[in-house]
Amino acid sequence: MYSKTVMDHFKNPRNVGEMKDADGIGEVGNPVCGDMMSIFIKVEDDRIKDINFKTFGCGAAIAVSSMLTEMAKGKTLEEAKKITNKSVADALEGLPKNKLHCSNLGADALQIAIKNYEDKKAGKVPATAVTEDYHCHVEKDSCTCPYCETELSGGTKTCPICGKNVGVC
Amino acid sequence: MNVINLDYISANPLLPEVQEAMIEAIKKNYANPSSPHRLGDQAVEELERARENVARLINCGSPDEIVFTSCGTESINHAIKGVSSAGKDAGKHIITSNIEHNSVLKTLRRLRNLGYTITSVSVDNYGRVNPEEVEKSIKDETILITIMHSNNEIGTIQPVREIARIAKEKQVFFHCDAVASVGVVPVDVQDLGVDLLSFSAGQFNGPSGVGGLYIRKGVGILPLIDGGFQEKGRRAGTENLVGIIGMGKAAELALNDMESRVAHAKRLKERLTRGLQDKIESIIINGHPELSLPNLVSASVKYIEGESIVLMLDEENITVSTRSACASGSLRASHVLISIGCDYADAQGTLVISFGRMTKESEIDRFIDVLKSVVGTLREMSPLYKRDVIT
Repeated sequence: MYSKTVMDHFKNPRNVGEMKDADGIGEVGNPVCGDMMSIFIKVEDDRIKDINFKTFGCGAAIAVSSMLTEMAKGKTLEEAKKITNKSVADALEGLPKNKLHCSNLGADALQIAIKNYEDKKAGKVPATAVTEDYHCHVEKDSCTCPYCETELSGGTKTCPICGKNVGVC
Repeated sequence: MNVINLDYISANPLLPEVQEAMIEAIKKNYANPSSPHRLGDQAVEELERARENVARLINCGSPDEIVFTSCGTESINHAIKGVSSAGKDAGKHIITSNIEHNSVLKTLRRLRNLGYTITSVSVDNYGRVNPEEVEKSIKDETILITIMHSNNEIGTIQPVREIARIAKEKQVFFHCDAVASVGVVPVDVQDLGVDLLSFSAGQFNGPSGVGGLYIRKGVGILPLIDGGFQEKGRRAGTENLVGIIGMGKAAELALNDMESRVAHAKRLKERLTRGLQDKIESIIINGHPELSLPNLVSASVKYIEGESIVLMLDEENITVSTRSACASGSLRASHVLISIGCDYADAQGTLVISFGRMTKESEIDRFIDVLKSVVGTLREMSPLYKRDVIT
């Protein structure tokens, strides 16, 4: 099911753990979808000096987190901002189709962590997490509410049946 | 290294006696049972011998009440669609429960699109249906009740006899999906009083790709597959004779060994349940503590996700399942677990551990030890773990 690279990162995840003195923290996902990711970064001279992750999720989610930290480590913030969910998936030699949306949220978590750092530096109230609006849409045109399984049309933010927030496709 | 198979619910290994019977059948190269010549007659003899064994396993009034199908899913589709189409002039209302298998859920979803209405009754925290709720849901237009015998994810056994009594009183047909039960625990269709009952050979050490449907005499039902006059016109298509012979043998063995199989499974289940609770913190055992299948344990491991547990166990040569194998392509939390009040995050971390006659106690012990270490590794990685500890 998974590529060799995915299995390698899943079995030997790099940079696992929490960072007590992180300069930036980013978090995405929620347990309803089965995936949740926290990214911690340490920044020096506008460069990501150290990066750690903690992830609740499937094999793909753990491999994505691990690969992302490897890709971001040592990069300048400007370079790190160019990392996308797609580039992480590509570096992992691809992910199964049904995991592409749901488990592939590492880059999003990193972008929030960078923003969290920049906001703090600029003296703003920092953003840390996007947990509510995260919904796993497997197929763009035929997605279902993860809470009550009602079929939803693209772009729906609130499930018409159960009223729960399901984010956007 | 030997693989420890704790995923019997997905597929049972064939018993050696069943393998032999099937290999013998392949060698004999039977003709088509529908052929009028001598070779065809020999095939019919084998077919009917298997039917008698299967009929005996579930105590049918007559072997003619058994129709062979290609799997449990086909049996379920046949029962629900066949009774609904035959009875559509009498009404278009069907009653089911919230924790049925996908083959029931999706079949009913299709019927709903064809103008049928569906009432789905809830279950309690153990996954049990309240027969009174079923009774209250019956309307003049109700033509069918379909409720499972036992649940394939949590093992809970339903009050089938009570529901069947209500169905009979109200003159509504009752189909019971007993795929997870037949051959595992005693199932007696006459004692239960059901009208239709679905089952599959793969759940009692028979081959995959063969199923059966019990249709009580007098039940109005249309075929699902049209064509020739096989299975007395109830299921067209040349019979899978080798598979059916395997199923017949597996049924014979299951009936003969039923008592010892149940006792063996109960012993393993007790050992497993106790071991999990003693050795791993924050683990929830789902399902009814007594009214449940003896060969299956559903355990929710808090703070971590099921697929990653399965993959790590696989690295240690242990196979388990996260939920119904048929649903593992789906990423949503199991509807069964949500229906019994399981938290969404806990549902994502749920394992279905199932075993059989060949499973050893030492295998259960090793599984618990390996799981303990896997759970430790994954919890170290989980952002949910630390949070709960702090709050």
